[in-house]
Amino acid sequence: MDDATIRFTVDGIEIEAVAGQTVIEACDAAGIYIPRLCHHPDLAPAGQCRVCTCTINGRNGAACVTPAMQGMVVENETKPLNDDRRAIIEMLFVEGNHPCVYCVASGDCELQALGYRLGLDAPKQPYLWPGRPLDTTHPDIILDHDRCILCSRCIRASRMEDGKTVFGFEGRGIAMRLNVDAQGGLGETQMAAIDRAASVCPVACIVIKRDSYKVPNGKRRFDVSPIGSDIEAKRMPRT
Amino acid sequence: MTEGHDEAARQLVAQFGFDRSRLMDIVQGLQRRFGHVSDDAVRSIASALRIHAVEIEDMVSFYAFLDRKPRGRCRIRLSRTPVSMIKGMAAVASAFEAALGISVGETSSDGAFTLEWTSDIGMADQEPAALIDTTVLTALVPDDVPHIVAALRDGRRSAGVGPVLPKAGVRSSLVQPGPLLSGGHDNAAGLQAALCREPVKVIEQITASRLRGRGGAGFPTGLKWRLCRQAVGEEHYVVCNADEGEPGTFKDRLLLSEFPDLVFDGMVIAGYALGSRHGVLYLRGEYAYLLDDLQAVLAKRRQLGRLGVAICGTIGFDFDIRIQLGAGAYICGEESALLESLEGKRGAPRDRPPFPTERGYLGQPTAIDNVETFACVARIMEHGAAWFTASGTAESTGTKLMSVAGDCKRPGVYEVPFGITVNELLDLVGAADAEFVQVGGPSGQPVAPKDFGRRIAYEDLSTGGSTMVFGPQRDVLEIVLQFADFFVDESCGWCTPCRVGTTLLRTGLRKVIAGQASLEDIATMEAVAGTVTRMSRCGLGQSAPNPILGTMRSFPHLYEAKLRADADISGFDLDKALGEAIKVQGRQPVPEEG
Repeated sequence: MDDATIRFTVDGIEIEAVAGQTVIEACDAAGIYIPRLCHHPDLAPAGQCRVCTCTINGRNGAACVTPAMQGMVVENETKPLNDDRRAIIEMLFVEGNHPCVYCVASGDCELQALGYRLGLDAPKQPYLWPGRPLDTTHPDIILDHDRCILCSRCIRASRMEDGKTVFGFEGRGIAMRLNVDAQGGLGETQMAAIDRAASVCPVACIVIKRDSYKVPNGKRRFDVSPIGSDIEAKRMPRT
Repeated sequence: MTEGHDEAARQLVAQFGFDRSRLMDIVQGLQRRFGHVSDDAVRSIASALRIHAVEIEDMVSFYAFLDRKPRGRCRIRLSRTPVSMIKGMAAVASAFEAALGISVGETSSDGAFTLEWTSDIGMADQEPAALIDTTVLTALVPDDVPHIVAALRDGRRSAGVGPVLPKAGVRSSLVQPGPLLSGGHDNAAGLQAALCREPVKVIEQITASRLRGRGGAGFPTGLKWRLCRQAVGEEHYVVCNADEGEPGTFKDRLLLSEFPDLVFDGMVIAGYALGSRHGVLYLRGEYAYLLDDLQAVLAKRRQLGRLGVAICGTIGFDFDIRIQLGAGAYICGEESALLESLEGKRGAPRDRPPFPTERGYLGQPTAIDNVETFACVARIMEHGAAWFTASGTAESTGTKLMSVAGDCKRPGVYEVPFGITVNELLDLVGAADAEFVQVGGPSGQPVAPKDFGRRIAYEDLSTGGSTMVFGPQRDVLEIVLQFADFFVDESCGWCTPCRVGTTLLRTGLRKVIAGQASLEDIATMEAVAGTVTRMSRCGLGQSAPNPILGTMRSFPHLYEAKLRADADISGFDLDKALGEAIKVQGRQPVPEEG
């Protein structure tokens, strides 16, 4: 063990991290799943959805943007935190238009999967029913703004991975929307269906045309195993 | 249609040295000239700065005072706050609607006027107040409106409106000065005293004074400066947070208009203590009317050697200050959002760590302090730490500038020692019959009469200074709803709990006020409020539910009185729900049998 090793506990379990890792990265490596939505392992964290909020040394902070520190005490799998996380998922469901029943991403959608994992049966909050346009200007991609949860994964991927800056936000507050780098819609941007930005969307906002239902309903990622089980599978049973 | 925009945009980009971080100044230049930032202008800026148009749209669309589409040539913004409403703003707004022939939110057909609501403009002591372009008119009555509109129609631009209504100018609001606001302030006494010491000794003196940030959060200034000085960077920056956006506060406006040298002295002292060469004063867009005067003060300081090279003859100490004008976003008062805005981006708060003292403006170590904090710094250097700690309480040394407005006889700024009770303050301002006091603005605490014995200090009622007083004739829940509206308008939108939660809270409150809520709805609201408080990314979201949660605790009977009679049954009005469908389809539903 060298000096660079950081040790801290998550729900009483001691884990190790290396300098520069965030709490969520260290936990992923250690096989401890912290629910998250806007975080993606290949992208710089943005701290937008707040689902990964943990109680860290007594204060709430998003695990995706909090650096791992020696001796920190992290609470993750607690009822109050999961209640708040479920409330956030509920907020995202009512903010947009999310008809899971006939959505192309059903079973492959991280929002839906987190709803299931956190026990959200049906939203009790009033739906906001936003009137958002569908952008079909691109030959290979549909941009369904109804489903957008403003996680900024596509924005970050387009900037960092693709070097294109196809996406950005516009507006503020409840009026904030995903915007594209062209007046005429996605079709006028540099976007390509093979871009990283197209594959990181956690919901069905960015949909590749002619690609749906290749994997039938019932056999998709989260139909097979709950969200987070891939990370939890990494954790060796304690002997 | 947008002739000249392209050329103007290119000129502005060049004027600001092709510097991406000066995007705010570039787009403000276009906004001033053309009334909006057109698509052509966006494209030109993008190509000149070699960035993507989507980045410029992201930034411009964030700020209330920047437009992507043309609006009226003259912008009339009416301050809509609980205080302006109780002072008669509704009648003034109606008078404007009548005189202009448009409703609030509309632009006249000839493109001459846009009339709209805006959040607090820092004139709570002189409401109802309006911003006409950058000119502030105060204490308006409906009879003033025809004169204002006539003057504007005469082609005299908004700058000429002030002289038409001299009584509507901004008045001095200092009612009770104390040690901070007594004595000279343009003799640089504090600055001279600081320059006689080693920079680290200056920080020691500030630490000894136990000065805490006057913006409301109360972080120890000496500690902040020490951390900033120790942080490694190519440059260190001093930023003065003059984005006084908390509704009900106007004490920074007073300091900037009547004691600017005290504030600038404080900034220069910080520059000296931190080894910094650059200061920035971030001035809220609503205070644009102060800009020329402040620039003149800076120019005079440069002449007197109190700014620039070798300040006051101190070889090796060079420091200058520039003023950055904001563009209408409450969130930019949050220090990290302010930094983003300073760098020409949307004002979304940053995650911490790293803190600004380590990585702030342009990624360099930065100390951001409130206007009042800098004024305190100058006085502490002038009179010493012991002088400062002689007033206040153990954890809250010194005095506090309180902005008091609403149902009181003498609204204005009061300099009071920390530890004063709400009752004592109410006696000072002449508000013996107060029923409800909002301490610290919408993000602060609603205080009921049973708590008027509480103290104003960091250890009890912490506040940036906003104090709104409401008499027994006021509707508390309506006031809380206006605060809820405020947070919906001003949430930056970055994080889910604040963006969606503030909207849900407003919806819930509307339901309560309409008499349609059940006990379960109240419990749901309380749960949402808790999630927003615990899960939001920055102080705005974390404190947005305060008025609701606070009044639920202090005034539970007001909520109970609004509950539905059949409160345990959650149902809805079928006839009302079908109303629209009946109208569209033109036919009535078949009545139920039996």
